[in-house]
Amino acid sequence: MMYKEILIRYGELSTKGRNKKDFIARLRENIRYSFSDLAPLKIRTERDRMFIETETPERQHELVTRLPKIFGIQSFSLVASAEKDMQAIKAVAHNIMAQYGDITFKVEVKRSDKTFPMDTHEIQRDLGGYLLSNFQNLSVDVKNPEVPLRVEIREDAAYIMAGIIQGAGGMPVGSNGKSLLMLSGGIDSPVAAYLMMKRGVRIEAIHFFSPPYTSQNSLEKVKDLTDLCTQFGARIRLHIIPFTEIQTLIKDRVPENISMTTTRRMMLKIADEVRKEIDALGIVTGESLGQVASQTLQSLTAINDVTSTPVLRPLLSYDKLEIIDIAKKIGTYETSILPYEDCCTIFTPANPKTKPKLEKVEYYESFTEFDELIEKAVRNRETHSFPKKVVKEDKFAALL
Amino acid sequence: MIYLDNSATTQVHDDVLTSFVQVNKQFFGNPASLHEMGVDANALLMRARTQIAELVQTTAEQVIFTSGGTESNNFAFYGVAKASAHKGKHIITTSVEHPCILEAAKRLEQEGYEVDYLTVDETGVISLEELRQTLRKDTVLVSMMHVNNEMGAIMPIREAAQIIHANSRAVFHVDAIQSFGKLPISLADGPDMLSVSGHKIHALKGSGILAMKKNIQIEPLIVGGGQEFGLRSGTVAVPNAVAFAKAARMAIEAMPQKAAQYAEWKADLFAFFASLGDYVKVISTPQGAPHIVSVGVKGLKGEILINALQKEGIIVSTSSACSSKQTKTSHVIEALKVPQAYKDGVIRISFGANTTSSDIQQFKGVFGKIVRQLKGE
Repeated sequence: MMYKEILIRYGELSTKGRNKKDFIARLRENIRYSFSDLAPLKIRTERDRMFIETETPERQHELVTRLPKIFGIQSFSLVASAEKDMQAIKAVAHNIMAQYGDITFKVEVKRSDKTFPMDTHEIQRDLGGYLLSNFQNLSVDVKNPEVPLRVEIREDAAYIMAGIIQGAGGMPVGSNGKSLLMLSGGIDSPVAAYLMMKRGVRIEAIHFFSPPYTSQNSLEKVKDLTDLCTQFGARIRLHIIPFTEIQTLIKDRVPENISMTTTRRMMLKIADEVRKEIDALGIVTGESLGQVASQTLQSLTAINDVTSTPVLRPLLSYDKLEIIDIAKKIGTYETSILPYEDCCTIFTPANPKTKPKLEKVEYYESFTEFDELIEKAVRNRETHSFPKKVVKEDKFAALL
Repeated sequence: MIYLDNSATTQVHDDVLTSFVQVNKQFFGNPASLHEMGVDANALLMRARTQIAELVQTTAEQVIFTSGGTESNNFAFYGVAKASAHKGKHIITTSVEHPCILEAAKRLEQEGYEVDYLTVDETGVISLEELRQTLRKDTVLVSMMHVNNEMGAIMPIREAAQIIHANSRAVFHVDAIQSFGKLPISLADGPDMLSVSGHKIHALKGSGILAMKKNIQIEPLIVGGGQEFGLRSGTVAVPNAVAFAKAARMAIEAMPQKAAQYAEWKADLFAFFASLGDYVKVISTPQGAPHIVSVGVKGLKGEILINALQKEGIIVSTSSACSSKQTKTSHVIEALKVPQAYKDGVIRISFGANTTSSDIQQFKGVFGKIVRQLKGE
């Protein structure tokens, strides 16, 4: 059946007294962004909830499909409207309840329009009795109903809703500042992006590209992953750093067993430079403690020493299998496991140090001047914005 | 020439052929190559795959390109049977399937599988009750054609799917080779797998797909480089795939209008054949597919009719192109219990995207003349 509007219940922002207004505005903006390919939405906000008009069945379908991905929404419900007349209200309630099988329900009534001839209890009793006598499969449970049927008598009409669709929870992206994500192309970093975005952090991504050791395919894959991360309600810029020169220099100048640590240190330095330029507050990585040699606490200490910027590691305590589960859920897994070389897998030493000593790493690096190359790499980076604006020229369109 | 044998094969549509040639010239890279030409070819292949996936209502990764209908059907049949051998070795199909299903079934029987063949009534349709009773705990595959290639009977796919899924764990494969683009059919109608052939929808011979729902267990028929998600090795024929995607889109877009036209011609031919008295018996049914009209002519060999019509520039076939070179009566005609007098004189008239109203009118004129001659009037 066709509903009139969708009622959105805010996520955690309900608890954030002072900043509430900003948070609501941010959520509204993010919702608009998610539907920017369609005609503008009609959104109305209130203190504790938001309403979006469904307008057409197609629009309703799109809303129900996309809203569950947007952070900052606790849950939402489809709302039908009826004339302020018990007969009409019953008819609509009948249509709504006809969708359900054996369930418990209760009727909740909110009567803002005090001129309505029946009071809250009368409406409740009348409508509840009507539904019970029409549906054998319904039974009443006032404490813990499976489907609360809510009727609101407002000035303009009666609004009727049942059933709650779970939202993504979290906070609207952008409400907690911006961070730079180190995106390798593996399974972990997109998951890290997802978790940070869920906490309201806006993301830009940085990727280290080492042609010809890493292929165009691996770069396309990283772009695809960035694009996939935009489904959670925000644009993402991807900074691609030309890394070949630095990586080969490390290979030539630094002992093999600490080259990996140095490589990470250089990456973090570069990331920090880019972070400054884009006004981000932190750096996000997909590191998980102990997963590989570079992710032991000793390694992290040696790597992290190059900056005092907060390095956020949302996956630090996650098991690989837990990470894979999330990756599958958010739809990045299939892309992540495409088998292309990335800059972390080339030049991998046979026996990287799992417990590198900071002083030694610094000592071996001290013979080489990296800063100029770092500055050059930052300067020569390529920046792409996602989701891609409508591709101007589709060279395949006529063929299909 | 008037071509009324579109169920045997169709002429490639000009726009489809243009795409095919263009892709061969411009995007001939191997889609598995790492260089840019490969990446381009692969992106184009994915686009074709996605377009088809939308038409049959699944995701792109669930569309496997094959060499045509026979391979798709063989693949579904063996692939599912082999992958689920540990769950059971019972298979159900119908007695009126295309030989590429029946022969595959025969082979599996030799390998120790048990196959039940559902019977059909005189309209060519199975009984849902018989299907329900034939399903067993160890049934792993039910394979059924949507539209019969010899006379156009439509099988109740939606209802069959419900029964199969409610009463067994079997995978439901539907051979939609004669129906795709003629009648609405997609994975949303209940099947788990769908075979479609390119050359029946004005794409190229040697192209086809097997489309599946997610999480279907299937083993590859062809092994090698692991193309097509490991399910069908061999360098993918990107030009063929693109041509298929284009033809499929065009077929579905034109379907509402074409189906109405076909139905009109079919009714017209039904009335015409009725006017010829008991000399001609219509084998197709009014509720069958709109683009196939099969009739039996009394006391005559189909081949003689084909030749007589061909002399006048009209191309039709005996019951099906695949069995027309064999002298024995087709298994479908046998299964339908067509009266002896008409059995040998069965011809099939089938419409396609290029068929016109005047083709139908001319056919009627010529056919009437031939019948009068043969009757000695």
